[in-house]
Amino acid sequence: MIRRKFSKFLSILGFYLLLGIITIYALFPFYYAFISSFKSGTEIFIVNYLPTKISFDNYLSVLKTGYFGQNILNSAFVAFSVVLISMMLGIFASYSLARLNFKGRSTILLVILSASMFPQVAVLSGMFELVAALSLFNSLWSLVLTYMIFTIPFTVWILHTFMKAFPPELERAALIDGATTMQLIFKVILPIMWPALVSVGLLSFIAAWNEFLFALTFISSDHLRTVPVAIATLSGASEHEIPWGNIMAASMIITIPLIMLVVIFQNRIVSGLTAGAVKG
Amino acid sequence: MKRASFRNITKGWLLLSPMLIVLGSVAIFPLYRTFLFSFTDAKIDDLINFSFIGFNNYIEKFEGLYYGILADSTWWNAVYNTLFFTVISVTLETILGLIVALCLHRAFKGRGIFRAIMLIPWAIPTVVSAKMWSWMLNDQFGIINDMLLKVGIISESVAWTSNSDTVMWVVIFVDVWKTTPFMALLILAGLQIIPGHIFQAAKVDGISGIRLFFKVILPLLRPTLIVSVVFRALDALRIFDLIYVLTPSNDDTISMSVYARENLFDFDKFGYGSAASTLLFLVICMLTLSYLGFMRLTSEKI
Repeated sequence: MIRRKFSKFLSILGFYLLLGIITIYALFPFYYAFISSFKSGTEIFIVNYLPTKISFDNYLSVLKTGYFGQNILNSAFVAFSVVLISMMLGIFASYSLARLNFKGRSTILLVILSASMFPQVAVLSGMFELVAALSLFNSLWSLVLTYMIFTIPFTVWILHTFMKAFPPELERAALIDGATTMQLIFKVILPIMWPALVSVGLLSFIAAWNEFLFALTFISSDHLRTVPVAIATLSGASEHEIPWGNIMAASMIITIPLIMLVVIFQNRIVSGLTAGAVKG
Repeated sequence: MKRASFRNITKGWLLLSPMLIVLGSVAIFPLYRTFLFSFTDAKIDDLINFSFIGFNNYIEKFEGLYYGILADSTWWNAVYNTLFFTVISVTLETILGLIVALCLHRAFKGRGIFRAIMLIPWAIPTVVSAKMWSWMLNDQFGIINDMLLKVGIISESVAWTSNSDTVMWVVIFVDVWKTTPFMALLILAGLQIIPGHIFQAAKVDGISGIRLFFKVILPLLRPTLIVSVVFRALDALRIFDLIYVLTPSNDDTISMSVYARENLFDFDKFGYGSAASTLLFLVICMLTLSYLGFMRLTSEKI
């Protein structure tokens, strides 16, 4: 009896030990970058496992030099526009795909699904031509437009699966009352759809906020860059001097809001992430 | 009835068309143009006047020597790196993801917090994770060297990101760190759709532990695992950000995407770079189709 209890205790201990190791592994890089970001001057070059003195020098210097403040605004503008536009396009398209019966529906779904697998490099030269032809090169709108290639597929996919799961009775009642399609979408469907909308909105926001390849290619002026590219190209006084303190501070500034989003909305993010995969 | 369905069709296409126009112009049109450019000698500053040169970007014989991507050892090196990276990282991510998913599937106090923690590496922008890790792996001031020296695993500091024996493993390690949470969540979703009574039946039959895992859970998880592995592999095959930021211009880690972008924009060989992009696309298509075909074949046998 005692032995049995003891082995059960051991297995629970082992389980929590495993959880502990996974947690440290997942969080340590972030923790270390966080404490590094508060070390000023040469102090950063001394390895410490626990926080020492707290100095905001790196934060002040990253916000003062260059265009980092502007870069944050650029990223926010791009991300919010991408969320809004892909959501609007996605709502109409997924209503049509989930509710109206017509030929070619499954072909369209297949095209949308395969577009989400496109390697971004495979469209890069054609995209560059498109951006140049629309004279959007070095404009934030080039990013708003090109990011649609990865936000539209999962937006349509998730919204359409969600809408299909709803019984159409409510809409029928509204139709009998003489509602137009637009009224139906905005007054009847959207209010029930909000969990799925929050999911796709968050996923689009994170994807647009983090994107690197297009932002690196289609923007050439420093003040128009988005934050990931700005961080990748942060450089010190000389070429060989990497400003680690500033890089860590900048990383924290753009990562902490994201982490807060993730912690607050984890349920919505998880269901969005897995909705496409498990059923697809 | 007929009129109603006719109205439905027009309405359906009308509602779809804004999305189709946008997706067509950012996905299908650029894909087609990239394909077209791969047969030209286009330059980046002049995308209007170019001439078609057939397959010369791919392979060309000139005075007895072969030129073009297919004769370029850097390209083949990039192909090898990408495949090596994909196979190793996806395998590790699947195994670790499975372990984490099984942990999360158990009911315990603080499960919600643990799941939120798992999402953090996934949410951090790749550029930031690359910078964080290259700071931790710094050869002079990095904490990883400090840790390993203190424990005694290494006797002198290692230049992880420039040493050609370690650099690819560093890329794989950081990718595994970043992507395992995503994998774990996909697998967890698969675990959660396995009906609870199956576990109860197994318990009644006295099957537990490792046998339960291999005989019951793994076969039931198979469809989820296939989808997750395909998703991850497609993502890994196009890897760009991590390698570009963590190990810039390093032949030991250059991937197909990095190779294509270098030629397109840094070496001013727009046509040649487009050919590399097209090849990458073809490689991904071929691998996906053959993987799915292989899976269908083996699952029919079972």
